[in-house]
Amino acid sequence: MPLFRNIASMIALLPMIVISLTVFVGCIIYSFVYSLTNSKLIPVFNYIGFDQYERLFKQRKWDVAVENIFIYGFVFTIGCLIIGFLLAVLIDQKIRGESLFRTIFLYPYAMSFVVTGLVWKWVLNPTFGLENSMHMWGFAWFELDWLVNRDLAIYAVCIAAVWQGAGFVMVLMLAGLRGIDEDIWKSLSIEGVAKWKSYIFVILPMLRPMVVTAVVLIAAGVVKVYDLILTLTSGGPGYATTTPALYVMENFFKRADLGQAFAASIIMFISVVCILAPWAFYEFYLRNKYAAN
Amino acid sequence: MKKFFSILLTIFVPLSFTNVSKAGSHMEAEVIHWWTSGGEQAAISQFAEAWQEMGNTWIDTAITGGENARGTTVNRIIGGNPPTAAQFNISKQFVDLVEQGLLQSLEEVASAEGWRDFIYPPELIETCEFEGEFYCVPVNIHSWQWMWINNDVYKQVGLPVPQTFEEFLAGAPTIQAAGITPLALGGQGWQESGMFDVVASSIMGFPLMQSIYRDKDVDAFRDGRFESVLNTFRELNTFTDEGSPGRLWNDTTAMVIEGKAAMQVMGDWARGEFAVAGMEAMKDYSCVIPGKEKYVALGGDVFVFPKNDDPKVKDVQLAMASMMVNPTVQANFNNAKGSLPMRLDVDTSAADACMQMGLDLIQNPDAIMRESDDWNTPAFTNAWDDIISEFRNDPNYTVAQVMDDLEGVLTSGL
Repeated sequence: MPLFRNIASMIALLPMIVISLTVFVGCIIYSFVYSLTNSKLIPVFNYIGFDQYERLFKQRKWDVAVENIFIYGFVFTIGCLIIGFLLAVLIDQKIRGESLFRTIFLYPYAMSFVVTGLVWKWVLNPTFGLENSMHMWGFAWFELDWLVNRDLAIYAVCIAAVWQGAGFVMVLMLAGLRGIDEDIWKSLSIEGVAKWKSYIFVILPMLRPMVVTAVVLIAAGVVKVYDLILTLTSGGPGYATTTPALYVMENFFKRADLGQAFAASIIMFISVVCILAPWAFYEFYLRNKYAAN
Repeated sequence: MKKFFSILLTIFVPLSFTNVSKAGSHMEAEVIHWWTSGGEQAAISQFAEAWQEMGNTWIDTAITGGENARGTTVNRIIGGNPPTAAQFNISKQFVDLVEQGLLQSLEEVASAEGWRDFIYPPELIETCEFEGEFYCVPVNIHSWQWMWINNDVYKQVGLPVPQTFEEFLAGAPTIQAAGITPLALGGQGWQESGMFDVVASSIMGFPLMQSIYRDKDVDAFRDGRFESVLNTFRELNTFTDEGSPGRLWNDTTAMVIEGKAAMQVMGDWARGEFAVAGMEAMKDYSCVIPGKEKYVALGGDVFVFPKNDDPKVKDVQLAMASMMVNPTVQANFNNAKGSLPMRLDVDTSAADACMQMGLDLIQNPDAIMRESDDWNTPAFTNAWDDIISEFRNDPNYTVAQVMDDLEGVLTSGL
């Protein structure tokens, strides 16, 4: 029996398994059960079928939230990767004061999203921030109303997020770049390959593990984005920058609409599972199978 | 391990005994509320002082933001560690708690002291009464129905202070031309929907509001007046500044105080901000209840008393409920808060011109207005307010579309 092969480690893992099952699985079941009720302020078992889900999918606000999480996920991931990689390449040019720049670029990552949100809220505020300063310096044409423009506000959120996340990607990439063998650079220069070409076509493919790590870490941050948006826009203007997490929390704590919050969180959970399942299937099943062969 | 427990026991057992012996001589009460601004703190400390003068202990649990405070209260009730008293609004916010039998009935003290005879207006009794028993104590009345106007701005452009939204809109372009923001509005959901309700009541009047919000009468909703409310609201929103989204209400009031903006629609708690800035009512600033028919809305606060396993807590709760309706305490509290008292026989000689206006108005039962959340669940009002907020923020969201969406909420049975 392979299950009992490592009895000591199984026993050591048991508390973790029990906690995962009761807390995670238990809570998921609990949420699902109560998403079928019309619970308002407190969970009450008053079965109403799938009405909460029907109501959820009729909400314009929920559509906006789902759309936003896709925009945010895409722009944030791509933005971090591109800017992070560029910064890493620039720092890799054996520049003077490298550690200073590295610290400066990584510094935003050390801050909480709450701080990032508040900082950018002031920078992008049209009446106090950058726009106002530019006007006072005489550039009357300057316009920066992203935060208060309902079509652009979600991109303002992305800018703040990229500002925070890019430094982290840079460090990962830089570590990768430092791991590239000097001989490869030598042979590239003997061949006379342009520097930018060698970075994109030779070095970048060699950095694949770094890129994968960065994508996984960034993507994990996408789903749970909450504090940044709460401090930067609170989901506004109107509800133009709301996200599923914001929708759930709002219905939970502000609106005393527990049934609706449970329904939304179950949908969030299902979507994450839908994205993760094929990947997990590949990672834990197919790969092992091929490896065994 | 045994030793550890015995240490724990020696520490905690005597402690718990001292607690028991203390409870007999004087009462200890923990109160959750969200009154954290300067004026609000001054008000709640009137309660605390009165309570302490009775020889009791007041444990103040102030939590910023009504939603957060209410969330904490509910979590603690469900978690089995309820506070002695907790603040809610005059609304249906706490109906669930009553229905689940989680709140202490105050009927004993209410009937002994004759609350039903002195609580005014009687609508407040309706809010607190469930199946013939009192479950909450109304402590004050706040009304949304106000326009706060900087008189200097109107003097500067040579216009009279507007009395209705139509008059305001007529003068707004002139004010804008003078480089002043005509309408100060903080773009947060509750501020937008609050202003919308004021526009609605001043244009279509209370009877129509009642048939829409209470009776869910689709014909009344479709008779054209609601569209004109939406149109006026949209027109008003063209006169705000671009810094509006997400701005706090008091920062917005500050714009009017500083003369950067001409007018703000806000509840009577804004008066406190003008007072702190040293401005005098009707001289430096005007408070106007817009519309031909003037209403005062019945917003405000109540305290509820969650049931506790410890039977002694009930006496504490009844004593505190009785203290809160005491006329002297009511006078001190409401003068500090700037709100109207929940009974007529209190001393309001310290009231300023604006507060006096509210006091005069509330004595007329026809001028008393209920709000949507007196009749509707939070789910309904939130769905409604989401549409209003989207209407304000999305210029492509047409009036016809909004009417359809609102009708959808109206007939949804939420």
